[in-house]
Amino acid sequence: MITRRLFCSALAACGLLAATASLAQERFITVSSTTSTEQSGLFGHLLPVFEKSSGIKVRVVALGTGQALDMARRGDADVVFVHDKAAEEKFVAEGFGVKRQEVMYNDFIVIGPKADPAKAAGKDILEGLRRIEAAKAPFVSRGDKSGTHAAELRYWKAAGVDLDKAKGPWYRDTGSGMGPALNTAASMNAYILADRGTWLSFKNRGDLGIIVEGDTKLFNQYGVILVNPAKHPHVKQADGQKFIDWVVSAEGQKAIADYKIGGEQLFFPNARR
Amino acid sequence: MSMHKPNILMTEFKDSFLTAWQLLAASDARLSGIVLLSLRVSLAATVIACVAGMPIGALLAVGRFPGRRVLIVLFNGLMGLPPVVVGLLVYLLLSRAGPLGGYGLLFSPTAMVIAQAVLVTPIVAALTRQVIADEWSEYREQLRSLGASRTRAAATLLWDGRFSLSTAALAGFGRAIAEVGAVMIVGGNIDGVTRVMTTTIALETSKGDLPLALALGFILIVVVLAINAVAYAVRGWAERRWG
Repeated sequence: MITRRLFCSALAACGLLAATASLAQERFITVSSTTSTEQSGLFGHLLPVFEKSSGIKVRVVALGTGQALDMARRGDADVVFVHDKAAEEKFVAEGFGVKRQEVMYNDFIVIGPKADPAKAAGKDILEGLRRIEAAKAPFVSRGDKSGTHAAELRYWKAAGVDLDKAKGPWYRDTGSGMGPALNTAASMNAYILADRGTWLSFKNRGDLGIIVEGDTKLFNQYGVILVNPAKHPHVKQADGQKFIDWVVSAEGQKAIADYKIGGEQLFFPNARR
Repeated sequence: MSMHKPNILMTEFKDSFLTAWQLLAASDARLSGIVLLSLRVSLAATVIACVAGMPIGALLAVGRFPGRRVLIVLFNGLMGLPPVVVGLLVYLLLSRAGPLGGYGLLFSPTAMVIAQAVLVTPIVAALTRQVIADEWSEYREQLRSLGASRTRAAATLLWDGRFSLSTAALAGFGRAIAEVGAVMIVGGNIDGVTRVMTTTIALETSKGDLPLALALGFILIVVVLAINAVAYAVRGWAERRWG
């Protein structure tokens, strides 16, 4: 009796497994990308257009840029779509990527309390950061090796602030994605470096507003790379390349430019063809 | 400030209840897809955990072999296994660079079932052991006098305690459907493929849409309560019929 019962349960388990496995039969590629492209809603707008014209489904795993590149290094993605030029070039130089192509840019902005206690407001990112540090005003850092985190560290360095020495209770290293870090900043009324896309689609703003924007240094370039089939033979080379070709094509670039929140364009296509 | 806070909280709760109700009333297709995937993954994981964990629990209860006590403590301890750690281990196993990478299971519902089954098996095994150990002390002499071997006794007690064991299965299911750490890592929270209730809630929280996140939380609680109610009713009915 027992064995019969076990047998039935095992059968049921196999059936359920088979049912879940059958989902995986469609034609798809896996793209490792950043939280900014996913959470700003860009992919939700862009991918259906590509999927309709190509018949290839795009499965996006959204992580920080560092983690997204690591995932691709392990061979768990076909294409990476991220925003940290130095890390991307290293990825290609190591032989994990075939070629880096520029796709689009958006910009970083400094978000902070509308009352601006550090008097950091303006167009100059470096001066803004210096003032935040001088006032020891609360600042939330992503601290997660993402593209935004890497950019933040570059700006501090360029501003001449030695973070290792300057770090104190005012500098909160949260080790979290853009959204969670913004939630933390909203609840602490702190300054934070964010990408404009995530900020525009972010809802829980509290008393925060844009403090610094418009500096050319705040330019944030996105690149797309096919994972090297020579390193990982299972990479879906043809379909992955099709996606890359489409993203940098006139049609793909137009779809990127068309994405707006509240009438404001989030990403600016700039692929060189 | 502190005087206003409860009011804000009440408004937020009310908003979330309303949103939850609207989502349910509209029977949103994407939402039902996510709920169904959650149920399918966690039910499959629970079934596997029961098939593996219940015999282990029963043998730990009635068996006599070296290392038994160590194993009992081990399984009790593993009940507190952090989901992220399980997720990470299964990720490294299933990753293309890992030993099972060739199957290409990462970021699929199957990977999520595997991770949750690993997470839940110790819970089912440990709770089963407790139920069967109680029965064993009661029926030991009787089973002995019938000349039953220990394996045979374990099997008999499992069948005998099937109604009480449903609680072990429900505890396992509860853990599976509530966890987010493991499915987030091995599933990747891919829209339409591996996005389940808990990862959706985490995502909406990231986007700062706290009312929607909370509304989804309410729906998850309703679903889990409904499952438990059905299980309770079925158990009562079955006990009257066959008990």
